[in-house]
Amino acid sequence: MEKFRYLPGVSTLELDVQACVGCGMCEIVCPHGVFLLENSKAKICDLDGCMECGACAKNCPTSAIRVTPGVGCANYIIQTWIKGKDAASCDSVECC
Amino acid sequence: MDKKVQNHEGCCTDDNLSGAYSGQQEIVIQPSMPAPVQDEVCCGAPPGPESNPFERPGYVLQRFVKDFVDTPVGPVPSIKTDLDRNDLFGKMAVRWGIHRDNYKVAPGLYCVGTPDQNAPVLVTANYKLTFDVFRKELGSIHAWILVLDTRGINVWCAAGKDLFSTTEVIQRVQLTGLAKIVRHRQLILPQLAATGVSAHRVKKASGFKVIWGPIRAKDINYFLKNDLNADDSMRRVTFAFRERLGLVPVELSHLVKPSLWVLLAIFLASGIGSHIFSVGVAWTRGLMATAAYAAGILAGALAAPALLPWIPVRSFALKGTITGFICGIGVILIFHAALQFWEVLALVFGTTAISSYLAMNFTGSTPFTSPSGVEKEMRKAIPLQALAVLIAAVSWIGSAFAK
Repeated sequence: MEKFRYLPGVSTLELDVQACVGCGMCEIVCPHGVFLLENSKAKICDLDGCMECGACAKNCPTSAIRVTPGVGCANYIIQTWIKGKDAASCDSVECC
Repeated sequence: MDKKVQNHEGCCTDDNLSGAYSGQQEIVIQPSMPAPVQDEVCCGAPPGPESNPFERPGYVLQRFVKDFVDTPVGPVPSIKTDLDRNDLFGKMAVRWGIHRDNYKVAPGLYCVGTPDQNAPVLVTANYKLTFDVFRKELGSIHAWILVLDTRGINVWCAAGKDLFSTTEVIQRVQLTGLAKIVRHRQLILPQLAATGVSAHRVKKASGFKVIWGPIRAKDINYFLKNDLNADDSMRRVTFAFRERLGLVPVELSHLVKPSLWVLLAIFLASGIGSHIFSVGVAWTRGLMATAAYAAGILAGALAAPALLPWIPVRSFALKGTITGFICGIGVILIFHAALQFWEVLALVFGTTAISSYLAMNFTGSTPFTSPSGVEKEMRKAIPLQALAVLIAAVSWIGSAFAK
């Protein structure tokens, strides 16, 4: 996905290396190759490649990864501005 | 069980079915009396074939079901791995947004080939388009297919909405009695479901270990043959030219309804002038403004997605601004003889604003934009887009009074 780069320096992804047990799950589930396992510890090697889908955090057995997951969809975000986070839905947005 | 059907027709639940199948009361369907072919005098063409022995009262036998396989929890439908004309029509329709929110298959357990107790279990979503793309790749495979109830939404989007979820996987495994069918305790899930499914939680609650399969269905054969290992490239999303173009029709279909209002507004705004309102002027000027609007759609919903990686800026609103500006200039070149300065300004600003907004909305269709990034660019872009529309409207209406 080198060809597609989005805005840099915005991702909320954080990794607590102390808590990492080196299971490598984050490396497997990330669709953008953001993580790399080095010396039995995960490492964020491409922070700006992160799209905040939340797959890594969801599958980290020790909760060493934190990210505010969400959909990167302008239409959806407009809805959260107008209706608030709980009332907004993708159903009326129809993006996916 | 070919050509056999159990004899109490009111069976509805899986329990009933399994009871009937394990019982002894099976009857063989007699070959029906063939209708005389030449008998077309009163009732038209000769009758079609007799009912399929797998039909049940109150159910629709799906066209993609080839057969049923007996299992300890009752018959499981064995599905075809080739698509027919209906599947292709259905695909074309949903690409244009038709029946897209109700294009699904019943959740539950299916199979391909003749799987045994050791066959792998592949998990997928119940969006019919996903289901079709998936089964098309399973021609040489013997496997169980666990279809989750993702409300007819594809794997990744359903995972993002917590429909392809940890709970759904656990529940579906229990509901289908999967543990009685296979001896192993492994589920193969598409990698993109990881956004909604926590592998360690599934293991804890159901005893089944989640193996993350490749992203794309076309790699599943390789994955199974390669001892459940995927190459790096199978674990990365792509967004190739063809994939991007495939999304354009749906984007366009969403614009039909709002466009009716826009066109009405364009017609009204174009007719206003020192003569108060003229239908003739509304028509001639309205056509030019409509052309600018159409150019904006073309630039933002087609050109920007198609040229995405080659437009040398990262913000989508900015990408749309560039394509929109170029298309706006195109519109001016077509109508330049009939336009004065303020009208040129109005059309260029209008086209650019529409294009910028639509390109920005395309963020929702891409597999790489982060919500933090989208929100950041929106906070800058939306006020500017609104300002551009305002400038366009004021210049357009104002120029009519200058004539």
